[in-house]
Amino acid sequence: MIKHSLKQLAAALAAKQLSSAELATLFLDRIEQLNPRLNAFITVDREKSLAEAKAADARLAAGETAPLLGIPVAHKDIFCADGWRTTCGSKMLANFVAPYDATVIARFKAAGTVSLGKTNMDEFAMGSSNETSFFGAVKNPWDEAAVPGGSSGGSAAAVAGRLAPAATGTDTGGSIRQPAALCGISGLKPTYGVCSRYGMIAFASSLDQAGPMAPSAEDCALLMNVMAGFDERDSTSLPREKEDYTRDLDQPLAGLKIGLPREFFADGLSAEVAQAVEAAIAEYKKLGAQTVEVSLPNMGLSVPVYYVLAPAEASSNLSRFDGVRYGHRTSDYKDLLDMYEKTRAEGFGAEVKRRIMIGAYVLSHGYYDAYYLQAQRIRRLIAADFATAFKQCDVILGPTAPTPAFDFGEKAADPVAMYLSDIYTIAVNLAGLPGMSIPCGFSDNGRPIGLQLIGDLFAEAKLLNVAHQYQLNTDWHTRMPEGLK
Amino acid sequence: MSKWETVIGLEVHTQLTTQSKIFSGSSTAFGAAPNTQASAVDIALPGVLPVLNKGAIERAIKFGLAIGATINRVNVFDRKNYFYPDLPKGYQISQLARPIVEHGSLNIQVDGVEKTIRLTRAHLEEDAGKSLHEDFHGMTGIDLNRAGTPLLEIVSEPDMRSAREAVAYAKALHNLVTWIGICDGNMQEGSFRVDANVSVRPVGQQEFGTRREIKNLNSFRFLEQAIDYEVRWQIEQIEDGHKIQQATVLFDPDTGETRMMRSKEEAHDYRYFPDPDLLPVKLDEELIERMRAELPELPQQKEARYQQEYGLSAYDAGLLTQSLAHANYFEAALRALSADAKLAANWMNGELASALNKAELDFTQSPISPESLAGLLKRIADNTLSNKLAREVFAAMWAGEGEADAIIEAKGLKQMSDTGEIERIVDEVLAANQKSVEEFRAGKDKAFNALVGQVMKATRGKANPAQVNELLKRKLAG
Amino acid sequence: MSLSLQDIQHIARLARIRVDDAEAETARGQLNSIFGLIEQMQAVDTAGIEPMAHALDMAQRLREDRVSESDQRDKFQAIAPAVENGLYLVPKVIE
Repeated sequence: MIKHSLKQLAAALAAKQLSSAELATLFLDRIEQLNPRLNAFITVDREKSLAEAKAADARLAAGETAPLLGIPVAHKDIFCADGWRTTCGSKMLANFVAPYDATVIARFKAAGTVSLGKTNMDEFAMGSSNETSFFGAVKNPWDEAAVPGGSSGGSAAAVAGRLAPAATGTDTGGSIRQPAALCGISGLKPTYGVCSRYGMIAFASSLDQAGPMAPSAEDCALLMNVMAGFDERDSTSLPREKEDYTRDLDQPLAGLKIGLPREFFADGLSAEVAQAVEAAIAEYKKLGAQTVEVSLPNMGLSVPVYYVLAPAEASSNLSRFDGVRYGHRTSDYKDLLDMYEKTRAEGFGAEVKRRIMIGAYVLSHGYYDAYYLQAQRIRRLIAADFATAFKQCDVILGPTAPTPAFDFGEKAADPVAMYLSDIYTIAVNLAGLPGMSIPCGFSDNGRPIGLQLIGDLFAEAKLLNVAHQYQLNTDWHTRMPEGLK
Repeated sequence: MSKWETVIGLEVHTQLTTQSKIFSGSSTAFGAAPNTQASAVDIALPGVLPVLNKGAIERAIKFGLAIGATINRVNVFDRKNYFYPDLPKGYQISQLARPIVEHGSLNIQVDGVEKTIRLTRAHLEEDAGKSLHEDFHGMTGIDLNRAGTPLLEIVSEPDMRSAREAVAYAKALHNLVTWIGICDGNMQEGSFRVDANVSVRPVGQQEFGTRREIKNLNSFRFLEQAIDYEVRWQIEQIEDGHKIQQATVLFDPDTGETRMMRSKEEAHDYRYFPDPDLLPVKLDEELIERMRAELPELPQQKEARYQQEYGLSAYDAGLLTQSLAHANYFEAALRALSADAKLAANWMNGELASALNKAELDFTQSPISPESLAGLLKRIADNTLSNKLAREVFAAMWAGEGEADAIIEAKGLKQMSDTGEIERIVDEVLAANQKSVEEFRAGKDKAFNALVGQVMKATRGKANPAQVNELLKRKLAG
Repeated sequence: MSLSLQDIQHIARLARIRVDDAEAETARGQLNSIFGLIEQMQAVDTAGIEPMAHALDMAQRLREDRVSESDQRDKFQAIAPAVENGLYLVPKVIE
């Protein structure tokens, strides 16, 4: 049962093989048993979850047949959920019980899914290893000495360890795709504006995007049908027709043009990852796809550009955490300034402070043009590179991360080394494009390797189709960590 | 003649008359219990996002059109970053590089001299909350009801040269924004707040002196007092050999003085950047034309029309267009009177204006409706009432004794029109005052006035003085 | 470029984050290495290129001017550090 796809679980519920409450209990028990090891969840509330499951059972009994009605889903702790503690992985919000629902959460509620709890993450989504979480790092289910990736590491680990059949994540520079790769699951970062950002605690507003994380592309498509859609509360939400993201899953790939950016296969890419990606390319050729070499000449600049733009936006987005209306407030202070400075010094962790300071600096008087505007101009060049590439191909393929999951502490002391682990994912956010990571193999020491698929604007259905066809012919996405079976 | 010249520019924050806030669906109604009109967006809960209110954009466009400004078809919202407890997000959403309105101008009059004040820009932004300083055991209380209320900040060029010009400009601006209905103009409730940038320079010097900004002046009187004080202070400083340091100051109405709030050294580094949560605003011509069509006839247009159409003096026309209430009253009275605009203007600007002044009422609150006033004016026009009697009737109307005709009837205040009756009284008076008659014939004109006085007295003021004059002349000649 | 300790203290002050000298020293080293990475941007000629502030080229949607929110003060203030008479309390603000 824990290995069932969402489709199979829905069928089991429809066939009354078990109730939503029983299904939720099954996963809640796994969480209770395994979370002490993996630390994938920050908040679990069996009562709340079971109440939602019973409500779903009532709807099922009433004959309602929504595709995901009664299915348990874990939510990244970046989404405000009414009545649920919502921490964003920070001490600043360690006791913050959200008084409202994020739009994404509201959509899952309306669809009748059952929340299994809030998953661990890098503090305010700033990290690539989950080591910046105030609640401790998440362990990689495949190797507990390894990081799960970040920032959606808790969601990735929860799905990889089957503590949850599926989860939500958010992706600002790779935060869905990189942990999906490092934990051996599938994850989709949609086109910017496809999923509402309302109620999703902001890191970098012009880059943040919510997306699904699950074992398979098919699962992700079903989750997208719930998550995606216009929201009048988000000015950057796209007013588009509702889409069925499963519609193209079964399209054959014959004639598909896959672009291979030479910059993705240059130095810095580990041999093991290169090998696995090559094998995937061979598989696609077997399925009738052709490959064409493309170029993203400015991709190398995406990391510096990102580390100007994201901190700039973050430094402003995180100003609201001042100890006045909610969240942490320092216990003793002599005046207002003292209250602000101590509250924020205590409430934020080192990486968050670092990025706030970078942001404050690049926006401050005298540096704005040299850093912020220059970064925005190069951002346009990077977007243009993709536009050119997509004139020659349908999808772009490459590695998700340069290496398989690294060990705890390996990069924690060296921010730059950590930042560079997102080298293949960041450009996609800067351009606002959809990107996906699916499992495509393992390293010699048994750590998963991820394959990245990048689509043109609004090409989510195409990406899901390309991923699904691969998964019909490979079994990487069905593998499970031995110790957790 | 001072050897110093004053240079003043004003920044005016006008609160727009929208129902809901600029970026949230909270009510903007004044005076609600603390924080009951502060939504998730207004208190900046984690994850919330702004969505722009069309009503604020429409009002800004109307203002731009009213001052002949450029409406920027593409304008952008920026974040102004600073920490303050009444600023929930830690930044204010405003417009820096690309405001919605630029340029334009407004004419003012001081001592009958007309002058054009140029406007630099007008941009949309959100208001902050309120800090309540009355003591909560040493703490300050924060009310966020006002946070997110739409403001149009209107910035003038440094074109004013005296406190009186500054006040004239502020009043003209106040009249305009209330006239076109984008602001209620209530200065007590902070709907119209003025900051004044003041500097002085030796007469004839080209470059400006160092300016100090006086913040948050909420009455025209304070504006004048604050500038006068500030100018004197700056001149003294310079004449005592000190340099003026750029600074922000507050005006204290109790002492009538300005005091330093912060110096330039402490000036913030606001780290402005385009708000990533809000996309560029792109205005289509259709919306702009609709706003143009909704604009009423503007004060200066009316003023001109009153002069040529009704032959009113510039002075009268000016008084009648000093507010929409004046103009509306005047035009309503005119509709009822269907003639004699001059008479209506005289009575409005004279009798009625002073009565309203004494009672501290404006024209919308006048106990005498335009139609009632017209009723009185009709009786003046058709000679039923002398001015003296008319004032009596007016007083009665003000006292609520009814319409003009009813009062005339009740008090029997009609002028005597029966010539025979007047002739009889004239004869009696002549007979009874032979002495005056002799004096008149001896060439003493004074005597004639005495006789007129006697007749008026005998008719208890109801005779028409012109008629009496004419009769007396005839009889004395005969 | 290279940030000084004073620069660090200045931006920490701007960001309202208290840092002691040891933290400032660590931050200085890390920020300088990060800015070393960022400096790569300066080699690029971006003359004439319009800065890209948003992922998508769209115009701002306008909301109809309607009151759509109701009072939720009690719910919102239940999670506030310090409130009294419906007001959020902060250390005395001196103007």
